[in-house]
Amino acid sequence: MNAVPTLDPASSLAWPLTRLMWIVFALGGAVFVAVATFTAYYAWRYRHRGARGEPPQIFGNAREEVLWMVGAAALLAGLFALAWWTMNRVDPAPPAGRTPDVIVTGHQWYWEAAYPAAGGRGAVRVANEVHIPAGQRLLVELRSADVIHDLWLPRLGRKMDAVPGQSNWLWLEADRPGRYGGTCAEFCGAQHAWMRLDVVADAPEAFGAWLAAQARSAAPPSVAAAQAGAALFAREGCGTCHALRGVGARGGPGPDLTHFASRQIIAGGVLTNTPANLRTWLRAPQAVKPGTRMPTYPLTDADLGHLGAYLGGLK
Amino acid sequence: MSLILPTSPPESGRVARWLASTDHKAIGILYVLTGMVFMLLGGLEALAMRAQLARPNATLITAQTYNEVFTLHGTTMIFFVVMPMLLGFSNYLVPLQIGARDMAFPRLNAFGLWLTVMGGLLLYASVLVGPADAGWFSYAPLSEKPYAMGEGTDFWIAALLFAGFGTTLTAINVIVTAIRYRAPGMGLWQMPMFAWMAFVNAFIITFALPCLSAALLMLEVDRRLGGHFFSHGGSALLWQHYFWLFGHPEVYIMILPAWGIISEVIPVFSRKPIFGYEFVAGSSVAIALLSFAVYAHHMFVVGLGRPVNLAFAASTMLIAIPTGVKVANWVATLWKGSIRFELPMLYALAFIVQFTFGGVTGVSFAVLPIDWQVTDSYYVVAHMHYVLMGGTIFALLSGLHYYFPKVTGRHLTRSLGMWSFWLVTLGFNGVFLVQHALGLMGMPRRVYTYPDLPGWGLLNVLSTLSAGLLGVGMTMILWNILRSLRVGEVAGANPWNAWTLEWWCASPPPPGNFTDLPPIRSRRPLWDLAHPEDTDADRPRRHDQTHGHIRPEEREHHQ
Ligand code: HEM
Ligand SMILES: [Cu+2]
Repeated sequence: MNAVPTLDPASSLAWPLTRLMWIVFALGGAVFVAVATFTAYYAWRYRHRGARGEPPQIFGNAREEVLWMVGAAALLAGLFALAWWTMNRVDPAPPAGRTPDVIVTGHQWYWEAAYPAAGGRGAVRVANEVHIPAGQRLLVELRSADVIHDLWLPRLGRKMDAVPGQSNWLWLEADRPGRYGGTCAEFCGAQHAWMRLDVVADAPEAFGAWLAAQARSAAPPSVAAAQAGAALFAREGCGTCHALRGVGARGGPGPDLTHFASRQIIAGGVLTNTPANLRTWLRAPQAVKPGTRMPTYPLTDADLGHLGAYLGGLK
Repeated sequence: MSLILPTSPPESGRVARWLASTDHKAIGILYVLTGMVFMLLGGLEALAMRAQLARPNATLITAQTYNEVFTLHGTTMIFFVVMPMLLGFSNYLVPLQIGARDMAFPRLNAFGLWLTVMGGLLLYASVLVGPADAGWFSYAPLSEKPYAMGEGTDFWIAALLFAGFGTTLTAINVIVTAIRYRAPGMGLWQMPMFAWMAFVNAFIITFALPCLSAALLMLEVDRRLGGHFFSHGGSALLWQHYFWLFGHPEVYIMILPAWGIISEVIPVFSRKPIFGYEFVAGSSVAIALLSFAVYAHHMFVVGLGRPVNLAFAASTMLIAIPTGVKVANWVATLWKGSIRFELPMLYALAFIVQFTFGGVTGVSFAVLPIDWQVTDSYYVVAHMHYVLMGGTIFALLSGLHYYFPKVTGRHLTRSLGMWSFWLVTLGFNGVFLVQHALGLMGMPRRVYTYPDLPGWGLLNVLSTLSAGLLGVGMTMILWNILRSLRVGEVAGANPWNAWTLEWWCASPPPPGNFTDLPPIRSRRPLWDLAHPEDTDADRPRRHDQTHGHIRPEEREHHQ
């Protein structure tokens, strides 16, 4: 079942859902097989074999009609009860007044997670990855910065829309440490396909350490190439879109780059975060992900080397 | 071809006569031809998408183009293929089935048709300025000015307004025709199954399409006049409420007449009346009413409250019952029949199986938490194509093979038809069966490409290859039509030995349709005529426990 994440749950919020799917597939499968078998059997059994005249003219039978309606109704009522029960298991109502542990925001086209508890609301912002402590249930507030998106993490449970002008709520939990892939499921424009993300469940201590590290400002670059990169970052105005704590870049619409090198994917999963890929991205974002909000800058190979050294050092 | 066209000013040429005709048969045919032309376009768009999706990380077509293509594809197939074809069948058949000379308002009828054609032309004119790219559902705010700057979306809105008005006018026409123009002796409850379902369907159209038109106008006000309905302080979800209040009835608009066709074909090729007419007809009314009460099941993940979600899950469960009643009755009609495996029947049998599959996956969404997992994935794509293509399009193909002799006077060629049937059936299931798995494997819908995750590439390439088969099969059907118009076996008035009035007049029906009508004393006037010693009208008590009064010699019938 490894390749089928919806049937391979990794969260106490997901396995009741998977079990429900199996039940419904089994019952639905039985209904389908029954209809298909009767259709095929009757078609064959009563095929015309040359007899003359017409077969018995049967107009119906009210009792049988009522019988199968009642049967269907009973089956559906059962399914409804199961559905209701499962809803409460996989999507319990958040206690009133509970503040979110993580605020996840959909952007055209990447996901961002903010941790209000660490260093003030929105201080820690991470793109493309959401870290959580394994075995704990976090409350996520889901928002959109532009159009409607949808957060789908098949192994972790239900999906939920991010709607502009509205906050939606979602519980997030993974039983064990690991990486859990996900994606935007609601069509959101040109690069909807590359709006993927990973949820990274850390052991609780590791999560604490990660959050503390993320809360720190970026370390000033030490090697010369990286220093040149930092200067270039300031001169080209990258900070109008990207926040980078520690150098005074507060840009809003782009991903926060403060600890860029600590993450594994770039730009909604279109590339993995390697030095070569970073170079490819910086050289021509519009070629890698046409339509992305990041413009293509005329950078020389030397510039690319410097920026790479700078960003690559932002652990 | 040997189509006879009435109401033609003698001086005008053949094309002009077609274009100016107000005869319901000419309009019906033009509706179907319109649908076929757009199906060619929509089909090519589908093949383009499948080509792009054949391999992971492919760059055959760009993201922008892909999004335009799937918007065109969805809009085309729904508004300019399925609906025109179904309306074409309604136009052609309803007057014939109820023994009328024409529709109630022939010129309004022509107006409705040309509005629809105009809509289709507008949609494709948008290709010149860059077509809409927000999907057939066009969710706000993606369809609003800041995100859809070009004029494509405005064209799209105009196209649907034109088509929507045309469709609504035609629906009103069907209602009035069915109420006022039935032949003497035919009660509403005696109408043939197709006419009945087209009649009920017309009510759904009349109430649902205006919801769409209103929402489209509001969207245009937002886009051009700085309105605030769906963004800039308005509500993005408001659009979804309006859209699906139209959009869910719409999916039933696209299936009711198809059910009507199936309910004609199965009895005739089983040589039995439909099992439980009252239940098949009555369930349509239940569905028409309920179809307006289930719409928010398209919105289970937008963050509606628990009680709202539960209410819509319950109504969705409810609508599955009348749907199931229909399937059960079709299967029961086969029972103890004398089944003839003619082409229309093959498509009808495939319809039962495929439609049931789509119905079962539909119910799986109604089990609400499952929808939370699989909505907006390829599982939904698979579901809707099983009901719309495996269902409606197969029903239309069944109807095409069934009524071709009536419309043209000639049969479609059987050998060619068999080849196409198997190719289309194999192709269709090959394309869409695997998509259920892709959805469960986490593939979202409406993506122009996807990462190389385990199994994704394989299933996608299977789907694409099957699309090729499907394309070949559909092309062969087209070829069969063109060929059989000239060389098809001559059919005669009632080649299938059917029982309803459209088979009473000549094939093709002459201007004015009927010179005389048989006495109409039951739902099957032609049966009564052929079996004067045993008319339907004289059989007592249809629904008694022994399945109706059966003559002793019928009991003895051996296949
Ligand atoms: C037993 C009957 C059916 C049930 C219970 C059912 C249920 C559903 C549900 C709950 C959805 C929403 C899925 C989602 O977006 O998450 C859906 C989608 C859809 N259904 Fe069905 N359905 C049934 C039959 C049909 C029929 C007869 C048609 C049309 C012929 C149809 C066409 C569609 C389409 C087109 C969509 C997708 C719309 C979109 O998102 O673009 N369904 N169905
Ligand atoms: Cu998105």
